Amino acid sequence: MTDTLVVIQAAAAELSKSDLSAAGFGSQAASAAGGVFDILLLGPMASSLSSTAAGLGARTVFTMSSGELEAYTAEAYASAVEAFLEGRSWRLVAAATSSSTKEYFPRLAALLDVPMASDVLKIESSDSQRVVFTRAVFVGNLLATVELEAPRALVTCRASEFEPPAAAAEPSTIQEVEAPSGLAHPGKSFVGIEAASSDRPDLKEADIIVSVGRGTRGPGEGIPLCEKLADTLGAALGATRAVVDAGWMANEFQIGQTGKIVAPEVYIAIGLSGSIQHLAGMRNSKTIVAINTDPEAPIFDVADFGLVADLFDAVPELTAVLEKRGG
Amino acid sequence: MKLLVTLKRTPQRDARIRISEAGDSLDLDNVQFEVNPFDELAVEEALRIREAGAEVEVVVVTVGGEECQQQLISALAMGADRAVRVEPSGQSLDSLRVAGALVAVARREEPDLVLAGKLAVDDECGQVPAMMAGLLGWPQANQASSVELSEDASSLRVVCEVDAGLETVTLALPAVVMADLRLNEPRYASLPGIMKAKKKPVEVLALDELGDAGSTRSRVTGFRALEEKSPGVRIDTAEELVRALEERKLV
Repeated sequence: MTDTLVVIQAAAAELSKSDLSAAGFGSQAASAAGGVFDILLLGPMASSLSSTAAGLGARTVFTMSSGELEAYTAEAYASAVEAFLEGRSWRLVAAATSSSTKEYFPRLAALLDVPMASDVLKIESSDSQRVVFTRAVFVGNLLATVELEAPRALVTCRASEFEPPAAAAEPSTIQEVEAPSGLAHPGKSFVGIEAASSDRPDLKEADIIVSVGRGTRGPGEGIPLCEKLADTLGAALGATRAVVDAGWMANEFQIGQTGKIVAPEVYIAIGLSGSIQHLAGMRNSKTIVAINTDPEAPIFDVADFGLVADLFDAVPELTAVLEKRGG
Repeated sequence: MKLLVTLKRTPQRDARIRISEAGDSLDLDNVQFEVNPFDELAVEEALRIREAGAEVEVVVVTVGGEECQQQLISALAMGADRAVRVEPSGQSLDSLRVAGALVAVARREEPDLVLAGKLAVDDECGQVPAMMAGLLGWPQANQASSVELSEDASSLRVVCEVDAGLETVTLALPAVVMADLRLNEPRYASLPGIMKAKKKPVEVLALDELGDAGSTRSRVTGFRALEEKSPGVRIDTAEELVRALEERKLV
């Protein structure tokens, strides 16, 4: 048994960058073990995403949806994958790290009684009995080698560390699988979700992120300057924990150890010092720019370009230079 | 009502962690330990549920050797009523075995709610509480930033910080809830709290007596430092920055 199954939550109209990276992980895992990979699209958009997913190099794209999978719950999603796996076997069952997979993959591991590796950065080796990964520990300050000794294992992968797969020569076979009933847990109800509306790109999709720290002094002061810069660049907006704790921006913008972990082409850190928790969420960005008045701020240790300046002068100047160049 | 809070002993958050010379373990000789900060939030939330008026017993539990006694006492000093420690007798356990041991304790204690931190700050796996929920067959909520007990104490309304925003769910008890950063601000133990903690019961259970499966299938075999990043350049003006980004074709 050498094959990998990649599970993708099919909730949106398009596959996300993370979904493509998960397929890239599947492709890498399959070649490390000498097998192939398959995709399971789980959720209301499974059928409509299947033709796009069929171009990612998988052998088969399975689709599964039902009323109980309409709104995500950990209980129903874990039970759905468990039911899907009955009578089928894969070496690895994988997904991109997300708030959903953080929740339902360990539950699934318990249901299946198989070991799991969380948020891996790299596949070191894989054979029929043992799979070895690298992952970050201690707030991203150390790398650990993790060995799972079992014929079957679960894994979540950090999407920013895996490239999407190369375009496939042949499309995958698409196979619809019927979802059994009784997936939802009678004790769990989804009430609703509240999301800050924004026209800017999603943090995990963006090529450029403008990230806001406490030094911006809030929505009445520096944050609008950063928003204007983000819009000039077509960038996503991110924030530190302090900014979210202060209520200046919503939780889904938080970048760091316990928020989102991102690695865009360009990360522009404005008025933030760079706590180890924040660095853990962005240090793998390809190019890091820091703007801060304090030349000793730790963010400068990871920055490719450091501008020691008052953000209230530098950010509007930067926006003006970019606008002039654009026009 | 009974609340079971699971906790882990982890190195202090600002501790400098060194890798052993052989590269296969961590040199923790001079490191101070504390209750994993996310688990501390779980302890605090249990105490707040009790203080909100419900008749509640708060039991804290950990899996680990005698060195973990201090962290149980810290939780007792915050206000938990009693503690349970599962002694693994030197065996190294993976997440599923830890979850199995904690589930065995949950089956003895029959709590209405298990509270845990969403993540341990050392290995950062975040697996054990959700595995417990799976093994127990209970509903779960991860990354909780607000927890509200219904008036008849039969269910919880939980707000979770998910990737897309704030998700609200309801859980019928018994259930498992994992605490996130903004759930509360843990109290410091008071002096009388610390004095009382020494007299509170700590029960020690042997792992072998708890139906442990006995095989660890996931282990860390090595550590290494991050690659050093070459130092960046200091620039003086916005124009210079735009030029540098243009040269790299980034804007």
